[in-house]
Amino acid sequence: MSTDLVVVVTIFVLSLLVGFEVISKVPPTLHTPLMSGANAIHGIVFIGALLVAAEADTVLEHVLAFAAVAFGAANVVGGYVVTDRMLHMFRARPPRQPAAGQE
Amino acid sequence: MDTLDTLIRYVFLAAAACFVLGLHLMNAPATARRGNLLSAGAMAVAVVAAVVSIVAHGGVDPTAWAVMVLGTAVGAVAGAHAARTVRMTAMPQLVSLFNAVGGGAAALLAISHVVQADGEALGARVTVPGGLDIAIGAVAFTGSLVAAAKLQGVISGAPLVFRGSRALAVGTLLATLAGIVWLVAAPGQLPALALVVAAPLVFGLVAVLPIGGADMPVVISLLNAFTGLAVALAGFVIDEPVLVIAGALVGASGTILTKLMADAMNRSIVAIMLGGFGTGRGVPSTAGGPAARVRTVTPEDVSIQLAYAQKVIIVPGYGLAAARAQHEIATLASLLEERGVEVSYAIHPVAGRMPGHMNVLLAEADVPYSQLKDLEEINPEFPQADVALVVGANDVTNPAARRPGTPVSGMPILDVDRARSAVVIKRSMGHGYAGIDNELYTSPRTGMLFADAKQGLTELIAAVRALVR
Repeated sequence: MSTDLVVVVTIFVLSLLVGFEVISKVPPTLHTPLMSGANAIHGIVFIGALLVAAEADTVLEHVLAFAAVAFGAANVVGGYVVTDRMLHMFRARPPRQPAAGQE
Repeated sequence: MDTLDTLIRYVFLAAAACFVLGLHLMNAPATARRGNLLSAGAMAVAVVAAVVSIVAHGGVDPTAWAVMVLGTAVGAVAGAHAARTVRMTAMPQLVSLFNAVGGGAAALLAISHVVQADGEALGARVTVPGGLDIAIGAVAFTGSLVAAAKLQGVISGAPLVFRGSRALAVGTLLATLAGIVWLVAAPGQLPALALVVAAPLVFGLVAVLPIGGADMPVVISLLNAFTGLAVALAGFVIDEPVLVIAGALVGASGTILTKLMADAMNRSIVAIMLGGFGTGRGVPSTAGGPAARVRTVTPEDVSIQLAYAQKVIIVPGYGLAAARAQHEIATLASLLEERGVEVSYAIHPVAGRMPGHMNVLLAEADVPYSQLKDLEEINPEFPQADVALVVGANDVTNPAARRPGTPVSGMPILDVDRARSAVVIKRSMGHGYAGIDNELYTSPRTGMLFADAKQGLTELIAAVRALVR
C-alpha cells in the first residue's frame, strides 16, 4: 500500500525547489494575496483530515477527526474566499467614465 | 492498487500541478485572480476525488460520515463567513487565523492517526514525520493565534516578556524534542503523545508573545511556512503525496516571503524570533536634539500647497490603514487630478501591515493600479515632487536610516526629505516601531498637520473643494 519512502522524499524535495522558483518571481504588490493564496493551498490538509476521519471508530477518534475536518475546511474555504476578495480589487478597471455627450 | 485508486492518484497529481500553475499566475496582477481560481478549482476536484475514494473503499461507519459532513459544514461556513465579512484592514489577522486552524488540522491529523493505530507498533516511517508534524502544527496553531490577537489588539502589540519566559521557551522546545524521541521509541505510549502535543503548544505562545506588533507580518509569514511544512509531514504520515507536494510548495513560498519581508525592514529573521525590536534598549534619540523645531500647518495651508502643485506624491502608511482612510485619500487624489495635478502613490514594501497590504487597501478604494509605485520606481521622482504628502507613515521615511548607528540604519526608506516640500499628517510626534525620532519631521521643508488620518484628510478635502469654488 505504501509508496517507497525515497520516492516521497524525492517528491518533497522537488516540490520545495519548485516552490522557491515559482514564488521568488512575484512582485511585492502581490505578496499579501500570495501569502493568503499559499495559506489556502495548505488547506489541502482538509483532504487528509477527511481520509483520517473515515477511519475513526471510537468517540475520541471521532472528536479528534471532527476538529481536524472543521479546521481544515475553515482553512481551505476561508483561505480561497479571502484571497479572491483581495485579488478582485486588482481587477482591470473599466476606462474612466465616458464623456457626458455620449450618454 | 486498483484502477480507481490509480485514477484518484492522477487526479491528485493534476491538482498539484494546478496549484503550481496557480501560484505562477499569481506573479502578475492581471492573471493573479485566475491563478487563485485555478488553484481553488483544483482543490475542489481533489476533495471530490478524496470523497470518491472514501466511498469506494467502504466500511465507513455512519458516525464517521456524520463527523465528516458536520465538520465540513461548520468549518466551511465559519471560514466563508469570516472571509466575506472581514474588513480589509483586519485581513492580516484573518489570514493568521486561517493559518492557525490549518496548523491545528495538520497536528490533529497526525494525532488521530497515532491514536487510531493504538497498540499497533508504528514504525519510525510514521512516528518521525508524525511527531514533527504534531510539534510544528501545534507551534503554528498557538503562535498564529497570538499573532492574530496582537494585530487585533486583543493582546498588547508591545513585546510581552515575563520573568522566566525565555527559560520557559527553551524548556518547552527541549521538551518537544524529547517528546518526539520518546514517541518514536514507544509509539503506543499516550504520555509521549501528550508531551508532543502540549509542549509545542506552550512553546508557540511563549515564542510569539515577546515579539513586537511591528514584526507580526514576518511572524505570520514564517508560521505560514511552518504550517506548509506540517502539512507536507502529514502527507508522509498518511502516505498521500498530494499533501507532501502542496505542503512543500507553501513551506518554500512562506520562507521566501518571510525573508523578503525581513529584508525590507532590515531585520534578520533570527533577531525577530529572539524578540526585542522597539523595546528601546539604550537607544538614545538622535534627531535634532532639544533645539529641533516642528512647523505645524493647517489644512487650509496644505490645500493651497497641494492644489497649486504640479506633482504630488502620496506616502500612505499604517496610520492610514488603521484610520481606514483609504477612501478619503483616493477622493483627495482625484480632486487634485481634476485640477491637473500629477498624483502618484509611493508604496514602501512594508507599508500597511504586510508587504502588499497597502496595495490591497488602495485597490479597495478604487485607486488605479498604475498610480501605485514601489520604492525603486518612486525614489528618483521625489526631487521633482512639489509636495510629498505623508499619511500615517513614520519609520519608512526617516532619513536617519541612511546613517549608520541608528536602529533603522540600512532600512530602505522613501526619499520624502528630498521632495521640494513635505506635509506629514500624523496624530502626534509619537515614535514609530523603531522607537526613535523622525528627522523628517524637524526638517525646515516639512509641515506637520496633527490629526487622525481620516479626520485630517476629510478637512483637507473640504479645504481643496473650497478653493475650487
